[in-house]
Amino acid sequence: MTQNKMEVKDFSFTYKGAAKPSLRNINLPIERKKVTALIGPSGCGKSTLLRSMNRIHDLYPGNKYEGQIMLHTEDEGHTDILTLKKENDFIWLRQTVGMVFQKPTPFPMSIFDNIAYGLRLQGEKNKAVLQEKVEKSLKDVALWKEVKDRLNDDARGLSGGQQQRLCIARVVALKPEVILFDEPTSALDPLSTLAIEEMIFELKQDYTIAIVTHNMQQASRISDYTAFMYLGELIEFDTTDNIFTAPKKQQTEDYITGKFG
Amino acid sequence: MERIFRIISQSSATFLFFVLIATVSVLYLYAKPAIEQFGTYFIIDPRWGVEVTVKESPTKAIQTTPSSPQASSEPTTTPTEEENLEDEDTQASISDDENLDNLDAGLDDDLGGEDIDAQITSDDEDDFEANPTNAAGEKTEVVYGGAVPIVGTIFSTAIAMLFSIPIAMGIAVFLSEIAHEKLVAPVGIAIELLAAIPSIIYGMWALFYFGPFIASIFGGHSVSLLVAGLTLGVMIIPFMAALSRDAINTTPDVLKESAYAMGATKLEVTKDIIFPYAKAGIIGSIIISLGRALGETMAVAFVIGGVFEFAKSVTDPTNSIPVVLANNFAESSGLSMNALFYLALILFVVSFIIIFAAKHYFLRRNKL
Amino acid sequence: MRLFLNKAFLVLSTLTAILGLLFLGWIIVTLVSKGMESLTPYIFTHDLVDNGIRNLIWGQIVLAGLATVFGIPIGVLAGVYLQEYGNHTKYADFIRDLSDVMMSAPSIVIGTFIYAIMVIPMGHTNGWAGIAALFVMMLPIVVRTTDDMLSLVPTELREAGMAIGASKYHVIMHIVIRAAKVGIMTGLILAFARIMGETAPLLYTSGSTIYMETDLSQTYPAMTVSIYNLATMPDEKLVSLAWAAALVLTLMVLGLNLLGRYIIKEKR
Repeated sequence: MTQNKMEVKDFSFTYKGAAKPSLRNINLPIERKKVTALIGPSGCGKSTLLRSMNRIHDLYPGNKYEGQIMLHTEDEGHTDILTLKKENDFIWLRQTVGMVFQKPTPFPMSIFDNIAYGLRLQGEKNKAVLQEKVEKSLKDVALWKEVKDRLNDDARGLSGGQQQRLCIARVVALKPEVILFDEPTSALDPLSTLAIEEMIFELKQDYTIAIVTHNMQQASRISDYTAFMYLGELIEFDTTDNIFTAPKKQQTEDYITGKFG
Repeated sequence: MERIFRIISQSSATFLFFVLIATVSVLYLYAKPAIEQFGTYFIIDPRWGVEVTVKESPTKAIQTTPSSPQASSEPTTTPTEEENLEDEDTQASISDDENLDNLDAGLDDDLGGEDIDAQITSDDEDDFEANPTNAAGEKTEVVYGGAVPIVGTIFSTAIAMLFSIPIAMGIAVFLSEIAHEKLVAPVGIAIELLAAIPSIIYGMWALFYFGPFIASIFGGHSVSLLVAGLTLGVMIIPFMAALSRDAINTTPDVLKESAYAMGATKLEVTKDIIFPYAKAGIIGSIIISLGRALGETMAVAFVIGGVFEFAKSVTDPTNSIPVVLANNFAESSGLSMNALFYLALILFVVSFIIIFAAKHYFLRRNKL
Repeated sequence: MRLFLNKAFLVLSTLTAILGLLFLGWIIVTLVSKGMESLTPYIFTHDLVDNGIRNLIWGQIVLAGLATVFGIPIGVLAGVYLQEYGNHTKYADFIRDLSDVMMSAPSIVIGTFIYAIMVIPMGHTNGWAGIAALFVMMLPIVVRTTDDMLSLVPTELREAGMAIGASKYHVIMHIVIRAAKVGIMTGLILAFARIMGETAPLLYTSGSTIYMETDLSQTYPAMTVSIYNLATMPDEKLVSLAWAAALVLTLMVLGLNLLGRYIIKEKR
């Protein structure tokens, strides 16, 4: 078993109708039970890369992938997720590689149902089990105390920070192996941001995490590895300490010292 | 200048209010003789233009009205209304309100399954009715009731909704979630253009092609309640589909993405995310379409048959309020015209209520 | 099972869409094929009395056109009031609601209303009554369009106008309406197209006649009403003429719709 949970190899990605690829020859390992941060100026392709890792791009036909993205799981062994074609395989992939989006996306249903939704999709019907798993997930994201008395309220009535934690709980409930975060705190206030960062730190015990952020402090606070991307290419990848204290490339140094970006 | 402009624009807005008030009051004014004559019993009375013999009688007598609408549609012979002719002068002095009260009381009895005790006064409005008194001292009078077109309107609209909702939703979901990108724009524009086609075109098509086609499948006449309902349905499909698609498209992509990211299928995303999210807009579009179907004249006029009989089965011809208005207005005068205004008033008030309710519960200033 | 249900759903939804489009396609095919039969240059140069539709086209355009001429100033002004003066007041919201309700009022009822106030006093159907009926139909649409389009004009634009010392009237006339011009134009064209295709409100207001008519106080030719009358005639030829007229009417209405779309697209 390798140390890596996922490996992006010689990966290129072209949006539908675009002349040039948005990502070129990316090679990036995502280490097991560590936090890997993707940083870079806006438009550098970091979100595009993240969204390739559970193939959410495929909702919009016509995009082109090249290269490999390997996913190593205990059940299925080594899979190149770019070769998946069947609906069934996509469902498996998306439940194995969960995703949290930039803006909170509570579904139009109650708090309880929001979390139970994915479990029900997996076929879980037993009420007691659902109850237990919902409670566990809400505790994992430290939301239980705040919402335990109003589980049947519409989830859209929660505050922004609560909504985002709910969305994370929703993903955690499915017990994925990898969780992708796409700028999860950019729409939140500083306090909620802090809560979510602490949570990601906790989640690292059990999950492999990749996070896109435009906030360098955040990357340095929570990640173990950092990848700096620029104009569709991976410029530098190293441990977070090295990237922030001794970057090898000039561009990386310029970016993290705030000279551009 | 500043002030004048403000005043002019404000009065323009008020003009709208004025038109609406004028509509309601003019309709009411012209319907008044019929309202007085028939009261609310009009709504459940299935006879239209039926001559009834009225016995002269100095006292109020209790008459039998067949409580089953079907039975009472048999013409002419059933004497139903009691008329007090001898006291004509004194009757004329009874105020309108009292007359109305009497009629309402009579109606209440009738609704309770009892006989009607209706005292119809021969006040001056009746003068333009032919009221020949025959040798036996009996008088004939023409009775108008709106039950047939009211029931016909309700049923044709119901058939239209049952038929169009699934198809319109299918189109809306197809366009926003399933169709290939290249199909979306042309099909979407086609749908919107179809919604703009004059309704009389739908009526003609139904008369010559759709009606016979339906009759060949279900049997019965090529003008019938069923054909009328289905034609209405076809007519509102593009309208409803376009509105529902707009509502569905308000669902944020990222919300759908996060459901897909949990491994949901298209069905599950549509059922659990899109419909609940766009619920208000979709229900609103259905109700607006309902209002349109309810008041539609031309698509139905060709194919409902225009006869004052209840449809015993869906393949029988019947009538609807707008069609009665369209077909009978020009030739009517006197009380029959008042009765038509009564029908128009009912239709207007009902659609007013439906749209108003829709706006307040579901739309909140969405696109109509 | 989930996947099967999903497949079934996709197929079902596609099928209903195809079914719906089939119906609509059927209508178009019928309309075009039947309409083409009698669509000759002859019918455009003769009146209905000579089996042509010239007077009908004339009548329909005059009725709808004059209704628009009266409807635009009042409707636009009312829209301006709702958005610029009365906005957020209870009164404006109330008028807005009424206008939306009127927009969905059954068109035949509007016909009966105009009949009562304009045909009964005159004693016979007449062009002015037809215009009035279409005007009442159109008014709420114009109000709504203007209101919506003005609401899209950014507040900053108004503030900027005020900041250089323009009066509210000037800001409205020279800045706000100009900014919303294209949208309002499109709305007006669509409203015009809508009333062009109306039959029900004209049935017993303008009535229709087989002769050319220029006096609006007389019964006026209306295309839609004549189509209704012709289509129910036992004479094959007249029915065929009705189809031709229906095709011409539809082309006019759809043409206006496309024009409206084109204008708004050009702008964007």
